Amino acid sequence: MTKGLGWKVILIIAVVLIFAYGIFGIPAGVSGGALADALLSSGTFRNGIHLGLDLKGGTHLILQVQVNDAINADSDTAVESLKDGLRKAKVNYTEIVKPDPVNHPEQIVIKGVGPESSSALRDVVSARLPQYDAASGANDTWTIAMKPTALAAMKDQAVTQAIETIRNRVDQLGVAEPVIEEHGLGQYQILVELPGIDDPARVKGIIQSTAVLDIRLLSEGPFSSQETALQAKGGHLNTDEMLMQGRNEADGSEAWYVVSRIPAVRGTDLRSAQPTQDENGRPAVGFNLTGDGGRKFYAFTSAHVGDRLAVVLDGRVQSSAVIKSAIHDSGIIQGRFTDQEVKDQSMVLRSGALPAGIKYLEERTVGPSLGTESIRAGIKAAIYGMVAVLVFMLIYYRAAGINADIALILNLIILLGFLGFSGATLTLPGIAGVILTVGMGVDSNVLIFERIREELRNGKTPPSAVEQGFSHAWVTIVDTHVTTIVSAIILFLFGTGPVKGFAVTLSFGLFANLFTAVFVSRVIFDWVLSRKRVGEALSI
Amino acid sequence: MELFRNPNIDFLGKKWYFIAFSLIFSVAGVCSMLFWHGIPLDIDFRGGTQVSVKFSHPPNIDAVTKTMDRIGYHNARVRNFGGPGSNDLLIDLPQELTSEQALDKGKEQIIAALQTSAPAGKLDLNNSSSLAIADFLLRNDPLHLGTDARQKYTSLAQQVTNYRDKTKGGVLASFDDLKGVVDPAVLNSLEEGFYLSDFGVYDVQIVGPQVGAQLRRQAVLATLYSLAGMLVYLAVRFEWIYGVAAVITVFHDTLITIGAFSLTNKPISLTVIAAILTLIGYSNNDTIVVFDRIRENLKLMRREKLSDIVNRSINQTLSRTILTAGLTFLTVLALYLFGGEVLHGFSFALVIGILIGTYSSIAIAAPILVAYQDWRLDRMNSGLAAQGAAGRNQTGSGRREKAKARA
Repeated sequence: MTKGLGWKVILIIAVVLIFAYGIFGIPAGVSGGALADALLSSGTFRNGIHLGLDLKGGTHLILQVQVNDAINADSDTAVESLKDGLRKAKVNYTEIVKPDPVNHPEQIVIKGVGPESSSALRDVVSARLPQYDAASGANDTWTIAMKPTALAAMKDQAVTQAIETIRNRVDQLGVAEPVIEEHGLGQYQILVELPGIDDPARVKGIIQSTAVLDIRLLSEGPFSSQETALQAKGGHLNTDEMLMQGRNEADGSEAWYVVSRIPAVRGTDLRSAQPTQDENGRPAVGFNLTGDGGRKFYAFTSAHVGDRLAVVLDGRVQSSAVIKSAIHDSGIIQGRFTDQEVKDQSMVLRSGALPAGIKYLEERTVGPSLGTESIRAGIKAAIYGMVAVLVFMLIYYRAAGINADIALILNLIILLGFLGFSGATLTLPGIAGVILTVGMGVDSNVLIFERIREELRNGKTPPSAVEQGFSHAWVTIVDTHVTTIVSAIILFLFGTGPVKGFAVTLSFGLFANLFTAVFVSRVIFDWVLSRKRVGEALSI
Repeated sequence: MELFRNPNIDFLGKKWYFIAFSLIFSVAGVCSMLFWHGIPLDIDFRGGTQVSVKFSHPPNIDAVTKTMDRIGYHNARVRNFGGPGSNDLLIDLPQELTSEQALDKGKEQIIAALQTSAPAGKLDLNNSSSLAIADFLLRNDPLHLGTDARQKYTSLAQQVTNYRDKTKGGVLASFDDLKGVVDPAVLNSLEEGFYLSDFGVYDVQIVGPQVGAQLRRQAVLATLYSLAGMLVYLAVRFEWIYGVAAVITVFHDTLITIGAFSLTNKPISLTVIAAILTLIGYSNNDTIVVFDRIRENLKLMRREKLSDIVNRSINQTLSRTILTAGLTFLTVLALYLFGGEVLHGFSFALVIGILIGTYSSIAIAAPILVAYQDWRLDRMNSGLAAQGAAGRNQTGSGRREKAKARA
């Protein structure tokens, strides 16, 4: 029995150490005072447990991506491409319209197409607009609509792209641990949480600023300094040229370029960018332009085959490339890129402009003083409550009260350690979850102890009373815990933000409680019993 | 130490008192929800604009209300926050005054209206963010730093706002407060560009109508689904009537708690919802402990009446019920008394919830079981009398035996 106990004790100590590490990291000292200080100061929490904005202060925004903007942009391009295709295929029609750009931006209607042209129309659509379906209606009317899968994918992409853009911009603020993520299932909403930032107006300005992307003709460069660039041009620039700073692609250093004053393509002309490969299978950045941008770009590239172009972001040259042939509405940027560079580059390009308009749905600023005040008061109150409970258990159950107290404290350590490891944030509702966990921890102990007392009253010996007490109480504890965990999991699945935080702390707390109140407490009882003579009374 | 040794109280005999008690409280709550305060929702669910303002002197609520009226916010609610002696006001604009096109318009107008004595061309230091202060310092460069000034001024501005918010609680009364916090040159520059109003806005919540409605729907749905999950689990582990009884009990508790919020006109926020979820957990826990004992006793005492078994089970678990409830109540009471204004609604819900939750597992859940059993026996007997069919009797009692065996 002692040998079995040894292993269990080692397991318990290991578990406790692991989770204590989750809270405190490696402790600096081992004196009791230092540890207590560490527990109460918010400095320690910063290393381990993330506090939610309601406790820490900061700016919280929920915004809605107007995904239909992105769809409209795509179907506008489709309309242009359709007109062009129908003209080339010599199909006659009276007009092409988008009947409902607000609610159904994915629909295009062509009127007055005779029955003799229907197969030609289908050919044009399948060749030029693979993401669209064509369906004929009454009175020679055809409806061209985006395929549902493509539509959903494009809406999702608009949200992902908006998140990337916002993250890039918010990084300018230098916020520690910003949260920028999709919010609410399928609602096309984005949650932005910026701890420590107290100026939502400024944040909104930065989010909505449009980074300017353009493509310009590159005549000379790179040069190491402004002077060498000027020297290369014989001391003065042409009127349609300008100097622009940027990155030297060869070694990443600062460099100067001579570029055209007027961009060939502007940021508004860009539709999307993605990693791809060139004809030799090397990584390259693929980009798509809007219909209008495509026409401009075609005119520009066909006039400058063999010349170089510069990709400029926010007034800085990002990369350069040789124009190998005339390009329509899409193309690739070549260079000696690695896969990672290609990914970054396409992200930068995509993040140049928000893909769709955004609308703010919610804005909260929690002052740091309020956060600190509330957390201080809350922690103080929780500690008073805990101490009162611990003292009561000692008085009421005497030696067995130590059992309960150890189980409760371990339960808290495991729960907080879990929060530290999982990177979950602790919010006020999360604290509600902790309180319920502690309550149920107390309850498990009370259930077991009352049952042991009952068995002792019925004349059982201490070891058999402990055995019976645990086995009877176990059934009840499983039922209460599983029911609560079931509802917590459902809350997690269907709830949002705060309700989720409650569910996470609660379910993990209950698992921890099964371990501490049942397993740990039993080990302590067994250890106590193993040191007693047969027939000696149990202090409970 | 022991508080209860073999208690023997006839709980079921007092069921009419319990029913009267529950009816009084739930009907009072429902009446208040329907005819009096309604269900008071906090900004989270209602939507609107809520601005918390701290003044450097005891604020004049009437004057602030008049100011709001003057700028066209006739329905603004201005009230004291943080108890007597605090300098804090909460200004509430209803949903209709919050438009999604210009979400923060209300906030801007409130601040502008309160800044009565603004000197021309100066910014209000009490209502400037650290970013704005840093920008100002960067423009004026009082330390003549030239290069890499941004970092230095950003941290200086943070020092100022930290001192204002954490040490001074949100409002600076005079520039002299900042002596020793920042360099005299910086202080001079701040005095040139800024003035101090008599208030600071420290907490702003603006919730558009769409989010409020969405949150409302989601919170209700999530709770209903989780109750359904609970019902299914209990139906599988016990019998379906146990699940139904537990859910009715929890519903009773939630109704009375929300009724208490309506009666006292305390707003229900997202944190209150978390508290209500917590009390659902507690109440359910209590109920299952009693049910578990009933199930165990049903196996031991097959010949006794269900009402006796239920009474016995409640008494056997009574000492644990009182102990657990007492201890958790202790914790929650500490939170209610010392937890501060922010946790007030949250801990209020828990204080009510634990009292009601403990009461209901004894007074509501167990009697439902007995009432159902009686009703079923009644129906069986009347069916027997009417038809006199022996086969029906057999299937009926057979079902009852099966139910017992399963339990």
